[in-house]
Amino acid sequence: MPALLRRLSRTDTVSGWALVSPAAILIGIFGLLPVLMSMQLSFQKSDLLSDETPWVGFDNYKKLAEDPVFVEAIKHTLIYTALFVPGTMLVGLFVAAALNRSVRFISVYRTAAYITMAVSTISQGIIFLWLTDRDYGLVNAALNSVGVSSQPFLASPSQALYVIVAMTIWGWTGFSVIVYLAALQGVPPELHEAASIDGASAFTRFRTITVPLLAPANLFLLVWLTINALQLFDEVYVTTRGGPLRATTVVVYYLWDRAFVQFDAGYAAAMAYALFVVILIVTAVQFRLARRHVHS
Amino acid sequence: MTTTQRPPTETAALQTNPPSERRRLRLPFSPWHLVLIPLTFILIVPLLWMLVTSLETEGEANRFPPVLFPESPQFSNYSEAWAAAPFGHFFVNSAVVTLVVLVSNLVVCSLAGYAFARIRFLGRGALFVTLMATLMVPFQVTMIPVFLIVKWFGDNVWEGLGIDHIGALMLPNLATAFGIFFLRQFFLTVPVELEEAARVDGTSRIGVLFKIVLPLSLPALSTLAALTVLTSWNDFLWPLIVITSQDQMTIPLGLSYFQGAHRVKWPLLMAANVMSLLPMLLVFIGAQRYFVQSVASTGLKG
Repeated sequence: MPALLRRLSRTDTVSGWALVSPAAILIGIFGLLPVLMSMQLSFQKSDLLSDETPWVGFDNYKKLAEDPVFVEAIKHTLIYTALFVPGTMLVGLFVAAALNRSVRFISVYRTAAYITMAVSTISQGIIFLWLTDRDYGLVNAALNSVGVSSQPFLASPSQALYVIVAMTIWGWTGFSVIVYLAALQGVPPELHEAASIDGASAFTRFRTITVPLLAPANLFLLVWLTINALQLFDEVYVTTRGGPLRATTVVVYYLWDRAFVQFDAGYAAAMAYALFVVILIVTAVQFRLARRHVHS
Repeated sequence: MTTTQRPPTETAALQTNPPSERRRLRLPFSPWHLVLIPLTFILIVPLLWMLVTSLETEGEANRFPPVLFPESPQFSNYSEAWAAAPFGHFFVNSAVVTLVVLVSNLVVCSLAGYAFARIRFLGRGALFVTLMATLMVPFQVTMIPVFLIVKWFGDNVWEGLGIDHIGALMLPNLATAFGIFFLRQFFLTVPVELEEAARVDGTSRIGVLFKIVLPLSLPALSTLAALTVLTSWNDFLWPLIVITSQDQMTIPLGLSYFQGAHRVKWPLLMAANVMSLLPMLLVFIGAQRYFVQSVASTGLKG
């Protein structure tokens, strides 16, 4: 009997590995190996093309700390994240609250709100370049009609980053509305009914019943949007190419530029690792803080 | 069947929701429409404006204040844009890449997800944790080595997998840790008794997976499919890094290239943009349920 059991478990191990191996090989080569290679590369000098990659120790990391463009890129990324994440959450919650009712055509309204999710970052960027065009843009026409003069928007070093914030909030509206709508639909209507019988106002009910029940959705969006904000690239590439005057050069844009335009891959790998560590720390901190909040 | 079911639900609605019903008797529509119409209109203004501009003449587009309704719609912008860049190539490339990545992900992640859910094998726990760890690594962190690895495959295995070939767009995305995790979670909810019966009858593991488990998992597979299609179709950074030849470009990269070549020809650019968006918008509207679920499922990942 034990021999049979052993034989069975051995065949299980064979069939288990057989089924898992395609995925394990693919993820091993393109998911795990690059993490190690990136680490190695960050201690080397590499132009991506030649086979000569001399070892430079911690030089890339030292250079990173003294690179004014990198410091600037971090600043831009943090400003962007600090505005984009709460902005998207507020817009998403507001729209989801409006859509959380059963009226006629509600599915049409919801589709209209979700649809931004399907729009690629490149399409979105081209549309917003045109909407915010300094000379012929629809936004400037709207501003003029209420007596505000035309703005340069993406052509201005002081405004471009904020235009990208607004643009990406629009792009993520569909996503955040879906998350909040699912959470709002999970709020039992009996709670609201009971509270309104007790005389609670709509605002009080929202604050004391709905908001606490939204905590898991808030946590998810906070973490998810922050991770994505720290990785901002496409929208910057298509609208401003990091300009004007590097005003929208964010970390990943600079990382891409260093690696694939200037062919300074070792340095870029060090930057990538720094970004990785920051993302891990931010995620861990948000989880720690939010978990305390969700449970209390 | 439906006619007999209807009356009870309507009376139920009347009973549970009398105030709104009374209001609806006074107004021909719910007052909420007065909020929802402007709100959703604002959200889709960027898309509508793209559509309007795509039908204008260049003269109309370069007027301020803007022309809100083109005098005669210029449908020729579309044919002109189509002829100005190899959009046919872009569409075919996007479709091929997305299809291969989709099929591969569904098959490879199903196999692995099933093994992790049902088979006790040596090293299962360690392997699962190792693979799931890659979920925490953003692509931007690994893209430089992935470039080098893909270049190696092109130089040493087959040219079609290397730099500047659409094979390079598929290769790193053929399987994802998220897909494995997502399907494993679903497979764990499938009643194991069904599989045991088939196993006793002598059906192989693979047979059980394809004949019993996968047919029961269509909702999960559709959700993963929606997520994979959306991600693959709209991917930009990776194609930007590996593709330089026009005939290997996917839609987002081709559109960005087109933008560089026709920077201020807005009607042309918007016509190209509408054409680029259309397939994904139609797929999204058609399979909206699964896209909505895929957002909820990414919550598991966070």
